[in-house]
Amino acid sequence: MILARLKKRFPPRRDSAGFELDVEVQSSAAVTVLFGPSGAGKTLTLESIAGFARPDEGRVMLGDDLLFDGATQVNLPPRARRCGYVFQNYALFPHMTLRQNLEFACGRKPKLERHRLVNEMLDRFRLASMAGRKPRELSGGQKQRCSIARALLAAPRVLLLDEPAQGLDPELRLELYSVLREVRAAFSVPILLVTHDLAECFELGESMYVFHEGKIAQKGTPTEIFDRPANTQVARLLGIYTMLQGDVKTLDPGRNTSTVQVEEFELNGPYLPGKFKGDRVWICMRPEELRALPRDGRVGTNQIPAQLQSVTRRPGAMRLHFDRGLAADVPRLDFEPYRHNKDWAVEFPAATLRVL
Amino acid sequence: MAIDWFPLWLSLRVAAISTLLAVILGLWIAYWLAFRQFRGKEILDALVTLPMVLPPTVLGYYLLVLIGRSSPIGKLWETITGSPLVFTWRAAVLAALVHSLPLLVKSARAAMESVDSSYGRAARSLGIGEWSIFSRVTLPLVQRPLLAATALAFARSLGDFGITMMIAGNIPGQTQTMAVAIYDAVESGDGQLARLLVLVISAVALALLWIANRLAPESVA
Repeated sequence: MILARLKKRFPPRRDSAGFELDVEVQSSAAVTVLFGPSGAGKTLTLESIAGFARPDEGRVMLGDDLLFDGATQVNLPPRARRCGYVFQNYALFPHMTLRQNLEFACGRKPKLERHRLVNEMLDRFRLASMAGRKPRELSGGQKQRCSIARALLAAPRVLLLDEPAQGLDPELRLELYSVLREVRAAFSVPILLVTHDLAECFELGESMYVFHEGKIAQKGTPTEIFDRPANTQVARLLGIYTMLQGDVKTLDPGRNTSTVQVEEFELNGPYLPGKFKGDRVWICMRPEELRALPRDGRVGTNQIPAQLQSVTRRPGAMRLHFDRGLAADVPRLDFEPYRHNKDWAVEFPAATLRVL
Repeated sequence: MAIDWFPLWLSLRVAAISTLLAVILGLWIAYWLAFRQFRGKEILDALVTLPMVLPPTVLGYYLLVLIGRSSPIGKLWETITGSPLVFTWRAAVLAALVHSLPLLVKSARAAMESVDSSYGRAARSLGIGEWSIFSRVTLPLVQRPLLAATALAFARSLGDFGITMMIAGNIPGQTQTMAVAIYDAVESGDGQLARLLVLVISAVALALLWIANRLAPESVA
């Protein structure tokens, strides 16, 4: 179990605005993801756990071991914390070969034992054929695997990864995910990972913390958070662009239905626990969750008329941008016949209407 | 005319020993200045830099006061070794050390500070001790700029005049180094000897600078 309750203040200076970190991360999941935009305090949290940064107050625990406690002035040096840290730039020692890098991490083990452990790692991470090379002769993916292997050789109690997919092309990203899944399966070491990539959270995360401006905006499983963002801010961080303001008009827990009035249109959705009739709410949807249909005259159920303003290409579809800030994805072939059509209707799925 | 090569050999010996001491002492000071936070850090930095800006006579005077025969250090030295420290070749070593140390500390500190901090962090998170990090990570990474600085420090040790004159004196066959011998030769009108010594010391300095420049540019990330 990882527990990090951290407070750290950076007072405003002439050249920088102030920043205050105030977070609590507590997880016993195999993979915990710290998600958020840059500057939200994710890396600072990771550094505080590893001992590179010193919080003003709080407590850091790994299992039963106290690493930092502000109240009793406990502050173990990084060397004694046994946190495997994988840096964004990998931080492989440039003057050592790959094998030397790994052997260096083994510490004071007997030579034969060290040799065996290093060989095992080289094989597991498919690095055996390049063990004699220096880091600058390796590709990004190889350096990253070596960096993870090196961290694991020191027998860490937690593996901390700072934006591991940053700067990797899509293919290497997939490789990284499979490597991390392998690590999760083969080593019983919990992984704490910092990212600002939503797909990565779903790919790897069992538990997820959304960071925003030094605070935790929401925690839960990626699916939970994605389905029910705590507020519009989180929704925005999750890439939910379409937000419409409306009022709750009817609520029926028995039939699990509700109606929200947006301007003169009514949208049906599931029952809204915790909401009352007349409440101001936000309807938050991602473009791929909405359907857009060419409009012929009247507007159907759960539809809102919309004027097409612009079209952008997405990998699998066309993204249509309408007035009211609506956006919806339409498969390319479906869009082709209607490319000159301006009048559309956007349909909101009743079963998965996301209301905040 | 037989040329007395003693000053050249003395200079080389003095420079070699003082450079060795400067590297040991300089690395240690540079390490503290580069990586540790402590009270009086800036004062230490200023003290180490001072010999670069003070006139050699002032430095020589300080050293005379510090290690003279009546000073505590001078007395201690005399009790232990049975001979005074001032006006011996050992004092010339000290003079050369004071002359060359600032250069070494400055270069070594700059080189150590330029090493990406993530290497040290990575090593620490792997549970590696500070001494191992210094000897197996930091030192190899600053190897080239450090060797270049050592060559320069050697050249500088070779050329010290003022401080050597003040605390080691000008005793032919005992404390007369190259720089002092050149002064002596010019003073006594021995133009031929002066020219020869000047050429020799210039050639040695040039060679050292060439080595230093070969080493310097290819610094490690």
